Amino acid sequence: MLHIVLAIVIGAGFGAVLDRIGATNPNWIGRMLNLTNLHLMKTILLAIGVASVLMFGGQMLGLVDVGHMSVKTAYVGVFIGGLMLGLGWAASGFCPGTGVCAAASGRIDALFFVAGGLLGAAAYMLSYPFWQGLGVLSGKAWTLGAIPGTDYPAAIPTLQGDLAGLAIGGAFIVIAFILPRRLAGRKAPAGHPAE
Amino acid sequence: MVLNWKYGGLLLGLVFFLAVLLVKPIGVSTQFVILDGIVWDMQNPEIVTQTDEGYTSTNAYLAKSGGKYAKSVANPVNYSFIFVIAMMVGALVSSSLRKGIPKGERMVPAIWKANYGGNVLKRWLVAFAGGFIVLYGARLAGGCTSGHMMSGMMQTAISGYVFAAGAFLAAFPTALYMFKEEG
Repeated sequence: MLHIVLAIVIGAGFGAVLDRIGATNPNWIGRMLNLTNLHLMKTILLAIGVASVLMFGGQMLGLVDVGHMSVKTAYVGVFIGGLMLGLGWAASGFCPGTGVCAAASGRIDALFFVAGGLLGAAAYMLSYPFWQGLGVLSGKAWTLGAIPGTDYPAAIPTLQGDLAGLAIGGAFIVIAFILPRRLAGRKAPAGHPAE
Repeated sequence: MVLNWKYGGLLLGLVFFLAVLLVKPIGVSTQFVILDGIVWDMQNPEIVTQTDEGYTSTNAYLAKSGGKYAKSVANPVNYSFIFVIAMMVGALVSSSLRKGIPKGERMVPAIWKANYGGNVLKRWLVAFAGGFIVLYGARLAGGCTSGHMMSGMMQTAISGYVFAAGAFLAAFPTALYMFKEEG
């Protein structure tokens, strides 16, 4: 029951923040990906950095349960799937999470995205044995360094994983600050948030 | 108007941190499979069945990893599924508080209109096809922008970096080619 309450609270917070940063808006996604307005990219980089520093810092202080980490397996299909997602994400302006949020907030084109997504997921369910047969779905759940208290294999075994996490989190924050607002184009649409 | 990236990034980072602190990293795309499974199982109850140890399915994907997806299909009131429904409510409330999305924008976003005009069918077709490729790719990869890119990279998961490399390698050229007008 507690988990369901947490799902409602964290989920609603996530949806609201996605809306407030412009991630559910295909215009902001499109301008980020055609490099004309990197405001959303700065937001995302800062978020990854903040989350990483808080999590690894909290683990080192013994305040965050290492067991709550969940590292996904790396395999060839991750890259192929990433390419596919990138193509559809750029063309439509939605990814799975922002698509359902956009549909809920009244974007009709997002409803079509979600419908296509349900069909795409169903197609994958049926074609899963094919990819399994190709052997592109096996790998290991590597982390960059060895994280104390976890069994995840380390890509660089001599590297202390939590320190590396702090450093990389810090790097994400620095990149968020130094990344310019735009890399291409001349007009600056909606580039001056009021708040 | 969107939040300045410093506040927005801090808030988004806090949400991802709270999720790991209290429960587990955020992920979304699996729930498309779970909803498909729920509908499929309603059509044909043979799809997901209970066993002595838990749940299994005649579909190899739902049955994988000890029937973990089959179990979620059989019990939709679980953390991850409710999480996605709550996300939708949160986005709707947040957007309504700012008077929602303008009518024209709801049908065709400005950046699309600037490049391809206001034909709704064309936009909806691309949104549908985009959704198909995005979710097929996300399931092949085992996660999406939130699960792999954000939750993955914040945990220094190699899979997160591999996924982000693939996604941006495809996304930047596609957007540069398709959206020459900024909109």
